[in-house]
Amino acid sequence: MRVPVDWLREYAALPPGTTGADIAADLVTVGLEEEGLHTSGVTGPLVVGRVLTKQSEPQKNGKTIEWCSLDVGAANGTGEPQWVVCGAHNFEVGDLVVVILPGGSVTTPQGPMVVTARTTYGHVSAGMITSERELGIGDDHSGILVLTRYFADRPDVIATLAPGQDALSLLGLDRETVEVNVTPDRGYCFSVRGIAREYSHATGVVFTDPVLALDRSAPPPNPQGYAVHLTDDAPIRGRVGCDRYVARIVRGVDVHAPTPAWMAARLKDAGMRPISLPVDVTNYVMLGLGQPLHAFDLALLDGPIVVRRARPGERMTTLDDVERALEPTDLLITDRGADRALAIAGVMGGADTEIGDSTTDVLIEAAHFDPVSIARSARRHKLPSEASRRFERGVDPLLAPAAAQLAVDLLVEFGGGSADPGVTDAGAVTPPQPIDLDLDLPSRLVGVDYSHARVVEILEQIGCQVAAGNGHARVTPPSWRPDLRTQPDLAEEVARIDGYTAIPSVVPTPPVGSGLTHGQQVRRLIANLLAAQGYCEVWNVPFVGDARHTALGYAAADARARTVALANPLSDEAPLLRISILSTLVDSLRRNLSRGAKDIALFETGLVLALDGPQVSAPTVDVGHYPGAQTLATIRAAVPPQPRHLGFVLTGDRDRAGAWGPGRPADVTDVLETATAVLDALRLTATVTPDDAMPFHPGRCARIDLADGSLVGHVGELHPKVFAALDLPPRTVAGELDVDVLIAHSGIPAEAVTLSTYPLATSDVALVVDEQVPAAAVSAALRSGAGGLLEGLNLFDIYRGDQIGPGRKSLAYRLSVRATDRTLTTEEVSGIRDAAVAAAQSAVGAVQRV
Amino acid sequence: MSGPNTNYDPVEVAALDPAAIEAATTSALSAIAAAATLAELKAARVAHQGDRSPLAQANREIGALPPSAKAAAGKLVGQAKGRVAAALTERQGQLEEERDARILVEEAVDVTLPTGRRPLGRRHPLELMSERIADLFVGMGWEIAEGPEVEAEWFNFDALNFDADHPARQMQDTFYVDPPDSGLVLRTHTSPVQARALLERGVPLAIACIGRVFRTDELDATHMPAFHQVEGLCVDEGITMAHLKGTLDTLATHLFGDGITTRLRPSYFPFTEPSAEMDLRCFACRGSDPGCRACKGTGWIEWGGCGMVNRNVLTACGIDADRYTGFAFGMGIDRALQFRTGVSDMRDMIEGDVRFDAQFGMEI
Repeated sequence: MRVPVDWLREYAALPPGTTGADIAADLVTVGLEEEGLHTSGVTGPLVVGRVLTKQSEPQKNGKTIEWCSLDVGAANGTGEPQWVVCGAHNFEVGDLVVVILPGGSVTTPQGPMVVTARTTYGHVSAGMITSERELGIGDDHSGILVLTRYFADRPDVIATLAPGQDALSLLGLDRETVEVNVTPDRGYCFSVRGIAREYSHATGVVFTDPVLALDRSAPPPNPQGYAVHLTDDAPIRGRVGCDRYVARIVRGVDVHAPTPAWMAARLKDAGMRPISLPVDVTNYVMLGLGQPLHAFDLALLDGPIVVRRARPGERMTTLDDVERALEPTDLLITDRGADRALAIAGVMGGADTEIGDSTTDVLIEAAHFDPVSIARSARRHKLPSEASRRFERGVDPLLAPAAAQLAVDLLVEFGGGSADPGVTDAGAVTPPQPIDLDLDLPSRLVGVDYSHARVVEILEQIGCQVAAGNGHARVTPPSWRPDLRTQPDLAEEVARIDGYTAIPSVVPTPPVGSGLTHGQQVRRLIANLLAAQGYCEVWNVPFVGDARHTALGYAAADARARTVALANPLSDEAPLLRISILSTLVDSLRRNLSRGAKDIALFETGLVLALDGPQVSAPTVDVGHYPGAQTLATIRAAVPPQPRHLGFVLTGDRDRAGAWGPGRPADVTDVLETATAVLDALRLTATVTPDDAMPFHPGRCARIDLADGSLVGHVGELHPKVFAALDLPPRTVAGELDVDVLIAHSGIPAEAVTLSTYPLATSDVALVVDEQVPAAAVSAALRSGAGGLLEGLNLFDIYRGDQIGPGRKSLAYRLSVRATDRTLTTEEVSGIRDAAVAAAQSAVGAVQRV
Repeated sequence: MSGPNTNYDPVEVAALDPAAIEAATTSALSAIAAAATLAELKAARVAHQGDRSPLAQANREIGALPPSAKAAAGKLVGQAKGRVAAALTERQGQLEEERDARILVEEAVDVTLPTGRRPLGRRHPLELMSERIADLFVGMGWEIAEGPEVEAEWFNFDALNFDADHPARQMQDTFYVDPPDSGLVLRTHTSPVQARALLERGVPLAIACIGRVFRTDELDATHMPAFHQVEGLCVDEGITMAHLKGTLDTLATHLFGDGITTRLRPSYFPFTEPSAEMDLRCFACRGSDPGCRACKGTGWIEWGGCGMVNRNVLTACGIDADRYTGFAFGMGIDRALQFRTGVSDMRDMIEGDVRFDAQFGMEI
């Protein structure tokens, strides 16, 4: 809401010298946050000057300048003539012009420009004679502003002009407008009236409610008023769409009469464009008092006005020339036997009865509509307007007669019309419901000790009627505060008007907590571990599209079935929630590559979608109601599973090249090592088996399972098709692990054993197996065969070659064995080794190489 | 008459001549002193301490002496041998030390060579901020609660007293899950965790929820479609707005230092009543520049919303609203990072450029 300061001054007694910044600072204390401060952009000294002399001087560049002396009175401190170079020629000696003296400034498209005395065209020019455009009060830049021409229709102003006079106030350039943010509960603050009231609450200055005088002058309703019938076949939530409709008529209005300059200036300051007198008057009343009005051409109305809900299938064309399909929740203003739709109530009118060039008699509508009805219509038709914005947030239902009266007064005064004696006031508004207030509640909720007297004082100050006694009060909120419905609402008013600065700062002492959960600790551990291993943590917005799924080799339909789509995605290319971290982590990788990085290690932890059945709808329950255990269970069950995953990716060198030697490119063992580090940190034993899963290379992918068969995830080299589709460097390796699985399976305290101090014995063995046999299978067999005395198993060499023949490989292991109670004999060590070899032989056909 | 009894008669033995012993000793000591290397010293050792050295020979001659002469001769030779041995030990030590020193010098490397075979990775500063915030609340006795990002509309709105027709619940801010009647949204704030915590844990309760939330904002220097909040909820008998202020002041001081200036400003949220915004004194201009871009010249930057939990929220979650009161807040972590470290362009926070993370350590 933009509040012109001079308009505010009309309703609130601003102390002399109050600036826009002062007002903004005061308003914020009662909850109206400053959004901005708008000024003309011109600062003084800006004065009236009379041209004393003027000498034309042609210049080498082809231009001619005017070397002028000006009488600026005492404004320059000396009373001597002010000498100024001017590029324009549309003035004569004796003309009154507007001069910025050194130190003043104007706003240019490049920013503020401060005028100084400077040497130009061989003279010291001490100021600037200004044009309308330079001052921001018009588009005319053909020459300078000559005041006698500018005020041609204001001889009263011309008569007072004198050299040295302050031109800022003369031209309205000292006007300031404060812009504040109005929260959705304070509809009444979408008016200068409401802001003035709040300014009075904030500062204590006198507020003069303009509505009081207007109410006094407004005639009472009478049967001569225009016929209006309020109907409603389908109230929303039991509330009728229109509970009050005031209609007034002004006859003989000159719709071409100019809008007075002061009104146009206020409208512009408030952010609205002046259009024509009738439109400007309705906007002016809305901005000033908060009541949206509608003006009809009386001659075009046909029979009584009927307010009703739209009929099924009904259509109407609104002022913006759009034919709109209406629904039975749309509230309409109609005539012609309720058959012709004139307007969607409170949202937008139609063309049929619009004020036009030939209009002479105007019917003013000042109505009160149900906020929910207006909100739904405005939203469905995507027609947010200044009017609907106010109706949605609640308009003072007692305001309509005063607002209509102000509109009538203005049309009579500036449009030359005469007020018709007929006055319509249809309907009956529901009076505000009183609230029973425990007078201790504000103190109990806010933590400030407010006396009962203070609570009552504040509530009366904001317009409530209060009947207090015995620690309680019956509080009837004022008509403009439909947001005040509960005791805490009143407590907030007390705290707000008393000032939030009075609230002390007290640290609460809640019950003892139990610290971070195991899962939270694990997530930190994993993240720190990855970072310590060289990975940089990143995060991505979790939106993807089918194209990304295809690029990663996911079957698009399967991927879709695992996730949900957004109804209103930012981009149609990415409407889906991700099902893997890698599907968005590649974006970070690509960005780093495009910015010149080559050796990159990234990781991200985050939620992914993992729908394991059809998506079901989650029910909703009206506000303020406990849904019950069963509905709650349904709501919870409809929220799709979203496990937390860890994704990591390596490209380029894992060990970088440098002065120490060549680099080593990342390969599958690096990501397996990362996964193993995570597992080891959590004391989890996993099996690693070859797998073929996208987005990985079918021959370079390992799946990791826990002992109970829970899948932890995959690591591997990305599939060559993925490199190609996403333009990634070949041999990029990656992994994705389910952190929730890791958390669920870890956290059991270790059972420590006493360390054996007997010597460690070792025995080496080389086993020949088929190339296809994974090393993990051989290791597992050796482990199981060796039994409990095996302390370490180290695969230290892999040999392929003529000695063992094609398609086979020899794996050389060192077994380390130790007993807890004795030194093992050579025979015992050999026995363990032989048992291990036998197990490997039977499990994977391993043959010992001798 | 028989020949001289060599067993009993003193015999002149040249090798045991004191002068000869002294000469041999002197010769040995000078050879030892002259040895410049361990090899030379070894040669000197053989020559002057070995079996064939003069002193060794002299030692052997002692046996031939009559008993009466043995003691004197033995003492003479023994002392000589002792001096030579001591000299050898000392010289050996000196030479070894010299050799060691030389080797260490020879073995010196340039310890200023660059490192970076496998540079340290980094945590994302927003995650570090989140952990820092979590630690503060844990220290105050709070617990850290969590919830899903794809959330039921009921948890995100209705449970929090956002009426379906209220202007606060508007389409343009919220990502809705398709179909539009799915009843699911991407959570627009961390507040649904309030409802989840109240339902699951009951009261009294003090939980913070730190997480990612979503709004339909295009990415630019000051907006992100996803950002981070810390939600707080404290419900018990006798909780007031003063406790809210105390908690937020503690958080602000913990994150921004003792000099931070905060203010509570009346505001409106459906799920709190009374409601407030907490503002921070502008980090860029400290309230002194009417043209400041960071605060639009107002001197204050909005940090987040807060207030006393609306009775409707407590009721919707099955809590006795006559007995219990509570406060709640939701503060921006991204903004807190801007405040703490001066990040000016929000895109840097989200784009995952490793150079961004690298500016920060592993503690923030």
